[in-house]
Amino acid sequence: MRLFQDRPSWRNFLRWFIPLKRKTGSWAFVLNRVTALGLLFYLCLHLVMLYQLAQGPQAYDSFIAFAKSPIIKFSEMFVIAGGILHGLNGVRIILNSFGIGVRRQKVLFYSLMTIAAVGISFFAYRMFFGA
Amino acid sequence: MNNIRWTIDMEISRQRQGEERHFEVFRLEVDPNEYVLDAIERVWAFHDRSLTFRHACHHSTCGACAMLVNGVEKLTCITPIRTVTADGGKIRVEPLRNFPVLSDLVVDMSSLYSNMEKTNFSQVAPLDQSYLPYEEKPEADEVERLVDCIECGMCISACPGAATSASYLGPAVLAAAHHVYLETGASCLLDLVDSKDGVWRCHSAYECSEVCPSNVDPAWRIMDLRKRIIHQRVSSWFTRKERA
Repeated sequence: MRLFQDRPSWRNFLRWFIPLKRKTGSWAFVLNRVTALGLLFYLCLHLVMLYQLAQGPQAYDSFIAFAKSPIIKFSEMFVIAGGILHGLNGVRIILNSFGIGVRRQKVLFYSLMTIAAVGISFFAYRMFFGA
Repeated sequence: MNNIRWTIDMEISRQRQGEERHFEVFRLEVDPNEYVLDAIERVWAFHDRSLTFRHACHHSTCGACAMLVNGVEKLTCITPIRTVTADGGKIRVEPLRNFPVLSDLVVDMSSLYSNMEKTNFSQVAPLDQSYLPYEEKPEADEVERLVDCIECGMCISACPGAATSASYLGPAVLAAAHHVYLETGASCLLDLVDSKDGVWRCHSAYECSEVCPSNVDPAWRIMDLRKRIIHQRVSSWFTRKERA
């Protein structure tokens, strides 16, 4: 006997992304899923970009010009934010799996997210206002 | 005597075998200090005798009346109406998630019970072993009591991991395995839970512990099992294996 019927459902799928009425742990869970999908999307995009670079000097120059546009810079900020959030959330799960901070998992999550906010702010400043 | 009366809408999930799920609304006049289960019973008694739902003890001991109330797992027998709606408001009642629906609000929990049996979980334990390891234990000799888990299934319903694999043991079973492991030290229990459908399916959302009405703290127990499994694996690297 199994836990539930073997039938994919939109309701179960959406539960992975809508943590409404749920507690901190679920928000952390959804944050990890969303950032993971974002990073995966970026990885695919990155490989496509690398392929473009291999098309010759002209393609390289036009790509660099494109990469310096504000929208790409802003998107890269999302990649950095996603990496920091996903990484630190992963650290929370690793620590918990070793039995560290399990009873204080909410405090641990908020602490790591505060560190993430500081890190993201630092990189944002460097990217948009740095030399 | 407080005679406050509220008018509320009970939006109840209805489903028969092979049919699509739909909701039916029943308008009731209730005392806000009554419990959600009282309102469901009133719908059954005065509006629709075909409504099916489980209930037994009415004081949070049996776990039979666990349902989704406004999207959150609740034991309806101890959930006051005033805590989940307001006068003129609505209460949406649905069956637990991650279990097959048998009829209306009744789900098939046989998978939970059969998985619990695999752990040799007993509902009665010596007093000193029936508490979580981090809790303060009362001093008493030769006394037994009922363990905390009432097998209501709310932890499995709330678990996002349980929605991803049909063969996942689920938080209640993993917590039971942990409880028996602490009692007996039987390493076969670690083997039972050390799999992709055991402790490693958990995604650390901690919803099981949030909704547990009975202080079982399945999430803590799952993490403690992980710690013990990791310890066992690392120890095995430094332990000489005897040749057969």
